[in-house]
Amino acid sequence: MNASAMDVNTEAKRILAVSISKLYASRSQRGGLRLHRSLLLSLVMRSARDIYHSAYAQAAAEEAAAAMDADKELEKVSEPLVKSPEPEKVELECREREEDKEVEEEEDMEDVFESETDSEDKENMNPSRHSRKRRGNTSAAPDFLPSKRARLEPGEERHAVLLGAVVPLGAMGLGSCRVGESLNAFSINRVAMPAC
Amino acid sequence: MGEDTNDDVPTPPPHQHPHRGFLPDHNYVTEADIISTVEFNHTGELLATGDKGGRVVIFQREPEGKTEPFSQGEYNVYSTFQSHEPEFDYLKSLEIEEKINKIRWLPQQNAAHFLLSTNDKTIKLWKVSERDKRPEGYNLKDEEGRIKDISTVTSLQVPVLMPMDLMVEVSPRRVFANAHTYHVNSISVNSDCETYLSADDLRINLWHLGITDRSFNIVDIKPANMEDLTEVITAAEFHPFHCNLFVYSSSKGTLRLCDMREQALCDKHSKLFEEPEDPSARSFFSEIISSVSDVKFSHSGRYLLTRDYLTAKVWDLNMENKPLETYQVHDYLRSKLCSLYENDCIFDKFECAWNGSDSVIMTGAYNNFFRMFDRNTKRDVTLEASRESSKPRAVLKPRRVCAAGSKRRKDDISVDSLDFSKKILHTAWHPAENIIAIAATNNLYIFQDKLNSEMH
Repeated sequence: MNASAMDVNTEAKRILAVSISKLYASRSQRGGLRLHRSLLLSLVMRSARDIYHSAYAQAAAEEAAAAMDADKELEKVSEPLVKSPEPEKVELECREREEDKEVEEEEDMEDVFESETDSEDKENMNPSRHSRKRRGNTSAAPDFLPSKRARLEPGEERHAVLLGAVVPLGAMGLGSCRVGESLNAFSINRVAMPAC
Repeated sequence: MGEDTNDDVPTPPPHQHPHRGFLPDHNYVTEADIISTVEFNHTGELLATGDKGGRVVIFQREPEGKTEPFSQGEYNVYSTFQSHEPEFDYLKSLEIEEKINKIRWLPQQNAAHFLLSTNDKTIKLWKVSERDKRPEGYNLKDEEGRIKDISTVTSLQVPVLMPMDLMVEVSPRRVFANAHTYHVNSISVNSDCETYLSADDLRINLWHLGITDRSFNIVDIKPANMEDLTEVITAAEFHPFHCNLFVYSSSKGTLRLCDMREQALCDKHSKLFEEPEDPSARSFFSEIISSVSDVKFSHSGRYLLTRDYLTAKVWDLNMENKPLETYQVHDYLRSKLCSLYENDCIFDKFECAWNGSDSVIMTGAYNNFFRMFDRNTKRDVTLEASRESSKPRAVLKPRRVCAAGSKRRKDDISVDSLDFSKKILHTAWHPAENIIAIAATNNLYIFQDKLNSEMH
């Protein structure tokens, strides 16, 4: 990746991290969750994701071009075929995630924080590894987070998915190419968003 | 790139009313004292403020003609009352803040004054009346109100009204509750003086002032699936004299003018005011800064004034595709959006105001600065509302913020030394005269222009 793409990526990641912590903090705000603010936060996250995405795609394309220049003959043929479809594949995966979210139950907040605090090096992971497995409660989660899953009352709105629709954060992987994991919508439902 | 100072715009001499805080030298601010709304009544005689603690303070202008020349037209405290209390919604496990989001006065129809005040969920109608006489000379009770012994009553007298010290009584006349699922951001009284609207993030309701147990829903932008939510309502207002028209603004930066005659549910707008986005200005925060935080009809009813994070725009009701005028309030912040996002300032909702003749618009900014733009001369001025810079009777000095890279003059403030905790979100302009009320955190400043009674 070139320097400016790196900067954009870093910026996007940082903004995402800030946004998530704001979203989490807004749960304990007096007066309940503010719809307008939550919406704006999710839009920023989506922007960050889109910009990260395009930077990633561009970087991948650049790498492919560089690879083409550096390697000769046989490698030259195979590399672009391997690398360039990946960004598109990632896009597709994202869209699938978004659709799947509508039938999935929301993930716990644990997933969000887990991905954020996970220090494992993801750079070299195969982006096509998309494990659909959801993490259980036993995964390393901060103590202060509630361990119970939110229960949906019949007919209750899933407001949390408001975020899920616009932010398939799994694609971002927060600092990694871990596009397979879906950072699904966190359960803002728990903050008892007015269900109507 | 700093703003132009303008010596010709009459800078009003200040008359301060730091009415809150017994200990003005302390730096801390009690959160409950933070002013959350300011509103003049229709004659400008009364000025109401609401705060985060749910209290309303009403100021009254002293009548002119007092002996001391400078005390003409001063605003003094008229009444203080607790409008809203914190509540708890047990069903949703949510605390309902007592903060007063908006106050709107009803046009005066008799000796009493009426105002509507609202917090996030409940709107209340308050009656403010004066009592300056009391009956004296009862037959059955004595002066202290104790029941008299009947045997001592030998003759009958007619009670007489005697003058007493002025007492201002405030009583709640109506409580309009349980109509909003989301947080109420606006209320607006219709020119018919019988109805008013209240708007939350997704719905607008129409009420009759006399009926509290039901309201009509006139706008509903809640999507069937909340996942599809893309915008919320940020402000709404009735047209000043067409009782069938109202406007509401959205978080996407659009304005919708609706006509209640067309349909019972005004989801379909009559006019949509939207400026196409400049693709070159796209950033992470484009959506946040385009969200409209306030919308106001001009007194003439011909124009709309909107405020988003960095600009104020004047729209002509007859032109939907772009604003008539765009004013940069603090464009030097454009390169600092990321920091402003981190410290939450980017979510600040600034209000805007017209002067009486619709020739000047005003809005607040940071560092206790507020700005006025003259629409005719295209001049603008930045002024500061602070104790240090405004001694009573002194003329306010125009301020200047110099953006990074531009030449710095003496007394300029650099962008980096702006105090973002000192924000002027709420301002109001007297309906007829050049008197402005500026809320700076927990202080209220009232500036009057005595030199020029007419602005351009």
